[in-house]
Amino acid sequence: MSGSASTVHVVDYGVGNLYSVARAIERSGGLAKLTSDPVEIAEAERLLLPGVGAFQDGMLGLKRAGVETAIHDFARSGRPMLGICLGMQMLATESTEHGHHDGLGIIPGRVEAIPTNGLDGNRHKVPFVGWAKLEATQQQKFVGTVLDGLDAEDAVYLVHSFQFKPDCANHRLAVYLYDGMPVTACVRQGNIIGCQFHPEKSAGVGLGIIRRFLTR
Amino acid sequence: MRAARLIARMDIKGPNLIKGIHLEGLRIIGDPQEFARRYYEQGADELVYIDIVASLYGRNSLGDIVARTARDVFVPMTVGGGLRSVDDVRQMLRTGADKVAINTAAIRRPELISEISRTFGSQCMVLGVEAKQSGPGRWEAFTDNGREPTGFDVVEWCSRAAGLGAGEILLTSVDREGTRKGFDTALIAAVTAAVSVPVIASGGMGTTGHMVDAFAVGTDAVAMADVLHYGRLTISAVRDAAVAAGLNVRHRAEQLA
Repeated sequence: MSGSASTVHVVDYGVGNLYSVARAIERSGGLAKLTSDPVEIAEAERLLLPGVGAFQDGMLGLKRAGVETAIHDFARSGRPMLGICLGMQMLATESTEHGHHDGLGIIPGRVEAIPTNGLDGNRHKVPFVGWAKLEATQQQKFVGTVLDGLDAEDAVYLVHSFQFKPDCANHRLAVYLYDGMPVTACVRQGNIIGCQFHPEKSAGVGLGIIRRFLTR
Repeated sequence: MRAARLIARMDIKGPNLIKGIHLEGLRIIGDPQEFARRYYEQGADELVYIDIVASLYGRNSLGDIVARTARDVFVPMTVGGGLRSVDDVRQMLRTGADKVAINTAAIRRPELISEISRTFGSQCMVLGVEAKQSGPGRWEAFTDNGREPTGFDVVEWCSRAAGLGAGEILLTSVDREGTRKGFDTALIAAVTAAVSVPVIASGGMGTTGHMVDAFAVGTDAVAMADVLHYGRLTISAVRDAAVAAGLNVRHRAEQLA
């Protein structure tokens, strides 16, 4: 690997398919390092917070690994950070998944269940599982973000029952439409990006997003 | 509108991709990794690997196949066959799988569904069902490639499993499997009406019309095997037909090699 490759520290706290994330970073030209060391996390060049599963388990995992403070320190540094799926939801202030649980509180907002009916009033399936096209919100454009250059037909893979609702509409970067209803796909606050979708499982479109995360 | 997924299913025996009829009379097709890559490049939305003899003889080279595939395939992978415990699942997820399909072990001990779902999330826990028609509008769940009857009614079992935490159902019609005569649409309709979790219809796809029929009765995804392995159709051709039929599939899915 060349010395100029971007290094991404991937937080390893016992959940998620880290192998896929690491492989996708490498395929996109970066160097992936799995870590649960608070010092490495706080001082990383780029940080990726992965995760699948239940919110409470994820937060417990971060606590047990002793990396919460380090993640906060990194978030304040202004260096690029990417949360994926549960790793994105944990950026929120709180979640209502199976009770009430505090999140990291890095981007103010709540994690709520996806409504079980579409805009048409008909019941639809939750979890949402599948590919969806990303739509920009009125408040933010993709230009200059990891979604820069995405084509209108480009789709990403999502599987989730809960969504991140930021308190400030400006922090919602992209949505997808589920039976006409906008569901949060991507949040952003400065250097911090959260993707509900799995870029590491979204074929070429996802690898492109990771590549932009590596070079921004 | 429901997102429609097109899935390539690869049944594995030892190191080989194989294909049978009614899950029996297996023929070797080739190197699974090579086919996985081809299907990824053609734009498969997901891949499914099932080790179809693992339950009979214990596990084998499935982990290696999954690990090698995960190096160049960046879409979700579901892996099943012989997984019996939370530890087996953890191992397979570390190897590169995103979801696991559980059949025999769930029939023997349904609580395993809850254990897997609680530990890794329900999105990860796919119930594998081998269904054989047992009467008008009735199907029985089987294990071991449709050889071992369980006494479980398929529709009841699917709804019970969804209640226990199964996040998705891989519904294989043993009667149609490998026949290219079309999906068992009555089976798909009965299961999708009974559960609110996504269903993957498997077994019987021979033409693009069959795919449209399956979505018309409520499936969320179709799994294709024979029709792809023998080059009768490409995923790109199936996708074009899905678009023409007005289904909500991913566009421009082909990947450069």
